[in-house]
Amino acid sequence: MIRLEVRSTPSRLASALSPLAALLFTVAVAGLIFWALGKDPVRGLKVFLWEPLHGTRGLTELGLKATPLTLCALGLTVCFRSNVWNIGAEGQYLMGAIGGGGLALWFTNAGLDVGRWGFFPLLLLAGALAGAAWAAVVALLRDRFNASEILVSLMLVYVANLFLTWLVFGPWKDPKGFNFPQTTSFAAFTEVPRLVPGMRLHLGYPVALLLAVAVWVFMFRTHRGLQLQVGGPAPLAARYAGFSARAALWMVLLGSGALAGVAGAFEAAGPMGQLTPHVSMGYGFTAIIVAFVGRLHPLGAVLSSLLLAVFVIGGELAQSRIGLPAALSGIFQGVLLFSLLACDTLINHRVRWGGSRGR
Amino acid sequence: MTAPRLELSHVTKRFGDVVACDDVALSVQPGEIHAVLGENGAGKSTLMKVIYGALRPDAGEMRWNGEPVALQSPHQARELGIAMVFQHFSLFDTLTVAENVWLGQAPGRPLQAVREGIRRTGETYGLELDPERPVHVLSVGERQRVEIVRALLGEPRLLILDEPTSVLTPQAVERLFTTLRKLAATGCSILYISHKLDEIRALCHRCTVLRAGRVTGTCDPTRETNASLSRLMIGREPPRLTQRAPRPGEVALRVHDLHLPRPDRFGTSLAGIDLTVRTGEVVGIAGVSGNGQQELLAALSGEDPRADAGAVQLLGAPIGRKGASARRKLGLHFVPEERLGRGAVPTLTLAANLLLTRHEALRRLGFIDRRALRSQAEGIIGRFRVATSGPAAVARSLSGGNLQKYIVGREIDAVPRVLIVAQPTWGVDVGASAQIRAELLALADAGCAVLVVSEDLDELFEISDRMYVIARGRLSPSIDTHQATVEQIGEWMSGLWPAPAAEVIP
Repeated sequence: MIRLEVRSTPSRLASALSPLAALLFTVAVAGLIFWALGKDPVRGLKVFLWEPLHGTRGLTELGLKATPLTLCALGLTVCFRSNVWNIGAEGQYLMGAIGGGGLALWFTNAGLDVGRWGFFPLLLLAGALAGAAWAAVVALLRDRFNASEILVSLMLVYVANLFLTWLVFGPWKDPKGFNFPQTTSFAAFTEVPRLVPGMRLHLGYPVALLLAVAVWVFMFRTHRGLQLQVGGPAPLAARYAGFSARAALWMVLLGSGALAGVAGAFEAAGPMGQLTPHVSMGYGFTAIIVAFVGRLHPLGAVLSSLLLAVFVIGGELAQSRIGLPAALSGIFQGVLLFSLLACDTLINHRVRWGGSRGR
Repeated sequence: MTAPRLELSHVTKRFGDVVACDDVALSVQPGEIHAVLGENGAGKSTLMKVIYGALRPDAGEMRWNGEPVALQSPHQARELGIAMVFQHFSLFDTLTVAENVWLGQAPGRPLQAVREGIRRTGETYGLELDPERPVHVLSVGERQRVEIVRALLGEPRLLILDEPTSVLTPQAVERLFTTLRKLAATGCSILYISHKLDEIRALCHRCTVLRAGRVTGTCDPTRETNASLSRLMIGREPPRLTQRAPRPGEVALRVHDLHLPRPDRFGTSLAGIDLTVRTGEVVGIAGVSGNGQQELLAALSGEDPRADAGAVQLLGAPIGRKGASARRKLGLHFVPEERLGRGAVPTLTLAANLLLTRHEALRRLGFIDRRALRSQAEGIIGRFRVATSGPAAVARSLSGGNLQKYIVGREIDAVPRVLIVAQPTWGVDVGASAQIRAELLALADAGCAVLVVSEDLDELFEISDRMYVIARGRLSPSIDTHQATVEQIGEWMSGLWPAPAAEVIP
């Protein structure tokens, strides 16, 4: 029989290195899977992990994919640290895309040119409000009826997805779009300003980095941030101190909803330039892994979103270059999260083989 | 002469660099009540865990009825007939009392039989328990009762009790002692771990004293004095508190006719509580745990703001509906019973834990001035002599006594108008206890109103000027400590006090 015993002093070094160990394990598993599929593991890994880092185009695309991942993961980091298990960032992201995309569409149709720098703050605001509003449903149901935020937030993802589908198949469909489920292309001024000529990387990424620093300052340098972090691990201490659990719930859900919404708005008005049912590639879900791989730390999330962006791009490349299934990227993400959690378990616990049962 | 029931020789146990038990010898005869006396951290708990098979010694030998044994697990110890009541409980919160006890029983015993066993044992030993209550609603004291009952149901040949009387009324302690003596007369040996000198002298046949992991003496406690035992235990006489002349001033905290329905099915409802604490005095509330202390404390601290506004008054202002932090702003500070998880967040540093109740290091918009915070924490650590590596140490790395000094220090340092303290010295060693009590008295002398809720009667008699007793959600009239006797307070703890007309507020 195998038993797990809690270690009294988990190694801090091991804890810091655990994402690295998990990554190595994932790479090994990836190699095995390539081999089992009859592909050359070395070439497969090269396409999957190396090519996304190759050249200006590769690096800017990496930043582009890291943008929504970072934004969503920042919100989730705050949520998870506060013991609020919002796993519906995907839904909040989609609503942000609808909000931001809808605004761009309206400005386009109205022919109201406010210029790129005029539209950008409006876009930011629209995405944030739409995402926050969607998360507010979760907060309300949890606060008022004590409904599980895990279930509610997850189920609202599907509602948001169907809402988007209905919009692009119905009222918002491009009349000249040959009946494709998509909106009219947005006017040029609604596009998020790009950073590198000819590349799709846009202003959203520096904004995400700034927000990461802001979240870090908020979490570790302000009293509010501390209050959020007390409620999770020590609810009795929060009550003793007089920190409001309700305020914390609303704050983290509205905040994380707003961040995911901004990510969605950037994506709609950035590289897409229109709304389609495929505005997300599961960024909201991948962000859960980003948050954990980033050790629930805002700056960790910045690094881990780059890693997961490699996975996302590598998955696409592996599909087009060596004909591997698209699901592979998801499998690797899962393996990464699983091995990270396994590493953490082993860091905090000691495995005992056999022996008689203790009390 | 028969072989001793239990004999330890040269037992040594190390944890890293720390030697918790160093060459310890111990011998217990059949039917003997043997005290193991020592301060917290002296190695008593480690030694007991070795005997119970929960820890394996690094060196030394253990003999059971003359036969050498090497215990691999508590399971094996129980098969030999060794039972233990731990100071820290191993109960499942979500299960009922009966289910918890049932889990520790031999397989196949029906739950109903266990329920009856609990009732019977409870009646015999005066350990009243409702077998149907889930453990998570029980107070610390009640949980300990579950552990004692569970151990006794196994009909052990050696019973190890770790500070078992902290939750009992003086009368119940007497009853427990009677039972323990009966149990011993049947040939069961008892290892009685305590730092209460009076109890050991009243109950035990022999006494082994530990200090810093070493045996400093073995004696017949009935022939010793408290002073001589204390010298063996801490190397000096017990610290004495100076007698003080209370100078009660204006009413600082008044509770008038407080009624509060119980917060959940298993709590205690409060009924008609009347309580007054004046500036400059220390008022104690005695009582067996689970009689409404938690509910009263929550209503006073603001963690439970359901009371009528006027039912709780702070310096004349109605605060019954205010939350904890609003009350704190008005000068009412509180030290809760649970240190880790309530009084302090285990994973946060000592400095960060200041921010639970202290806001001096906050700047505009709630930004934390880390330098100010660190020096504030350093100040408290220095002033209250907290043994720690510094303000960056996480709360859970401190020993119970040191963390308690830090938490009490954090609240005293705030210069409160009213300080409410629950179990100020529960599980705290003698030196730190004396220090905490002295600090509370000094605070009262400086004009603060101090309310102490404790299950330790000796402590209340030592520091309070007046006392109340809480029983079944009702509060007794107050009585001057110098007029009260332990017997009288013990009677009151069962709810038998004179009619309210007799109440006199000095």
